[in-house]
Amino acid sequence: MENSIHLHYEVDGEDFTRAGEASSDVKHKLKKLNVPSDAIRRIAIAMYEGEINMVAHADGGVIDVDIYPDKLTMVLNDVGPGISDIELAIQEGYSTASPEVRSLGFGAGMGLPNMKRSSDEMNIETEIGVGTKITMTINY
Amino acid sequence: MKVSEIKELLNGQFLTEETEAILEHVITRAYATDLMSEVLAYTLENAALVTGLNNPQVVRTSEMMDIPLIIFVRAKAPSDEMINMAKKTGIHIMTTNHSMFNCCGILHSAGLIGGRGYGK
Repeated sequence: MENSIHLHYEVDGEDFTRAGEASSDVKHKLKKLNVPSDAIRRIAIAMYEGEINMVAHADGGVIDVDIYPDKLTMVLNDVGPGISDIELAIQEGYSTASPEVRSLGFGAGMGLPNMKRSSDEMNIETEIGVGTKITMTINY
Repeated sequence: MKVSEIKELLNGQFLTEETEAILEHVITRAYATDLMSEVLAYTLENAALVTGLNNPQVVRTSEMMDIPLIIFVRAKAPSDEMINMAKKTGIHIMTTNHSMFNCCGILHSAGLIGGRGYGK
């Protein structure tokens, strides 16, 4: 991890209202580092949807962010139920979210598609009953 | 469209401080939805968010998308926590008694537009 700024976040799975605090913090730091604003927005969208997913589906998790001069990578790790069908999960409109999550403005099956659209690379590793690891890279 | 004009058209009330700067701010586009993922799906510059959803994720989503103005329809009253979150992130909050449909109609008739169409 040479030449990178490393950030580590623990996402609380208990409190939906706090979801997004990590993304907010990263956004502030990137602004200070003068990262281009369109890249900051793509990073914010990708990370925020990831955070929401962690709270909605997995009782939280951890996010590791590495900021490089020309790109940012983030690794989102949870010990949730895993995704049984990635192809299906990444289809716009497919969701297994609870009514509670839906009532908060999410759970319409747009989280993973928004993450994919906002990142230059996205990789999902998942195992049922073990957890999910999503790695995303955004170039700028 | 200046925020002052939006306020007048909607008979809106600010729940954050009504500064000269925000009244003079020019809004060029608007989102109208209760679905936050819909806001996160595409970017509009200098856009207002018209919504009937009342929870902290509305403010958080606006922060992520650099949305300067949230308009709550049907006189929704956001919590103090939400108002404080908005203040901290430089977001302004307005409420109007109008319904979502009428609010959008009023703003659109006055020249404010949404995003382009998004088909497959």
